[in-house]
Amino acid sequence: MLAPAVLYILLLVAGPFLLAIFYAFSDARIGNTRLHFVGLENFRSILQSPSFRIAVRNSFIFTIGSQIVVIVASSILAIALEKPFRGRGVLRFLMLLPWVAPIALGAIGWKWLLDSIYSVISWVLVALHVYKPFGAPMWLGEPHLAITSVLLVHSWRLIPFSTVILLAGRTAIPKDIPEAAAVDGAGFWRTEFLILLPMMMPIISVAVLFGIIFTFTDMTVVYILTAGGPFDSTQVLPSLAFTLGIQGSDLAAGAAISLFLVPLLVIIAYLMLRVAHRAEVT
Amino acid sequence: MQTSISGHLFRRIAHVLVITVFTVALAFPFYWMLITSFKQNVDLYTMANNPFIFNAKPTLDHLTFLFTQTRFVRWLANTTFVGVVVVSITLVFALPAAYSLARLSGRWGERVGIGIFLTYLVPPTLLFIPLSRVIAYLGLQDSLWALILVYPSFTVPFSIWLLMGFFKAIPRELEDAAMVDGLTRFGAFAKMVIPISTSGILTVVIFTFTLVTQEFVYALTFLSSEANQMIGTGIPIFLVRGDVYYWGALMAACLIATLPIAFLYNLFLDRFIAGFTVGAVK
Repeated sequence: MLAPAVLYILLLVAGPFLLAIFYAFSDARIGNTRLHFVGLENFRSILQSPSFRIAVRNSFIFTIGSQIVVIVASSILAIALEKPFRGRGVLRFLMLLPWVAPIALGAIGWKWLLDSIYSVISWVLVALHVYKPFGAPMWLGEPHLAITSVLLVHSWRLIPFSTVILLAGRTAIPKDIPEAAAVDGAGFWRTEFLILLPMMMPIISVAVLFGIIFTFTDMTVVYILTAGGPFDSTQVLPSLAFTLGIQGSDLAAGAAISLFLVPLLVIIAYLMLRVAHRAEVT
Repeated sequence: MQTSISGHLFRRIAHVLVITVFTVALAFPFYWMLITSFKQNVDLYTMANNPFIFNAKPTLDHLTFLFTQTRFVRWLANTTFVGVVVVSITLVFALPAAYSLARLSGRWGERVGIGIFLTYLVPPTLLFIPLSRVIAYLGLQDSLWALILVYPSFTVPFSIWLLMGFFKAIPRELEDAAMVDGLTRFGAFAKMVIPISTSGILTVVIFTFTLVTQEFVYALTFLSSEANQMIGTGIPIFLVRGDVYYWGALMAACLIATLPIAFLYNLFLDRFIAGFTVGAVK
């Protein structure tokens, strides 16, 4: 009863994956029916392209930067949401929206908030006299601001996800542990950092590992917000693969670029198994 | 004593502050979608206006436009259709597989289970280039059937993982008793196990459906004509004409597409979390 599912997954995951490797060593293009083996040629030209280097750099900036924001924010939020209070259900619903909304739609919402002319953020900053009227920057039009915007939109989307996972971890800790700490005279910070934080480590790592995968392999936020621009400055590996491989018809280059996702995915998978294994042993 | 009272007060203020800041930061884009949906264009595109209030009378123009002048309803129908078919396929493959993995004792069951979980970590951005050729080869370009074929490759693994937890919690004696009464193993599975796992099955149904609505990369790659889009691609790409964004209609569409999914997701939140925490929480 297991075979059909395994077969389906093998055909549609392992199959295309092998095909991606095959393409990466060929001269495959859309419309080109005969393939030739070209060795490492694709990788050589990719490694020389400036767009690729920017994409690698951005992929890491977005992934690492957003994970830092997400973990700090969701740790604080999880503490604040742990004890029941009136209206918690409604607030939980509202706070979960960024995670639940289709990512493309959340991103298009941000595109409107960051609009070059009608941005409400610019309006507020002008009203506060931070900028002169019409003097607010184009949030998605200048490389540094565009990179920051993409990073923050990724964080915005992942904070709810990470928070609910951390909340699940906190509620699983037996109540008598923080109580005993309080009896022994440990204050809030001491209890949080010296007692609860070490106990939370496995669950925090689960949240971070998933967060890394969701950010590192995502192209939707970049595609919707900036389409990689201005001047490829916000391009990431998946969006560059799409731009070259699908829009530019160069399947071989696209496949080769997407293969650069694999090393990090393997590391994450390994770490995930270690967390799961440890949880089973203890 | 006084310090503890002021400390208590301080903590309450900090608590309210944290909750308020996060609710605003996370939910604000959706509030903005709501207010944008009902504003007249003169109001939206006059920079002197305070964007937080209605400077002109609220209007239903954007909603009327969305439902009569665009393919929005068609996209909702497409998404529902793909969702329902993918849910059915997912159940057909995942239920028996999860059941046999839950009952397969020993190392092999565990290994296959972990292998299936790991395939969930393989992202669409790694496979979309070779899959686009497979889809072209099968003659499924610009067809919803392309998505129906490919989506189970990630909904089935996660569903198996979720269902395994449910099936493991069912005592084996129940099936043994049913088999003593003359049922085959499959009969015991169909007549005993399935009925008492309805909540697990419902979770998988909801989760698969939300995954279908949230997917972007495959829909973007495989579909091209306006009539065949899913909500995740149709709204951000086809509600823009040239450089003109119909922000009112766009934001209304985002909100309408998001809210039902958000309600469903909230109902089953705890179970989704169980699927993500990989046993790091007990």
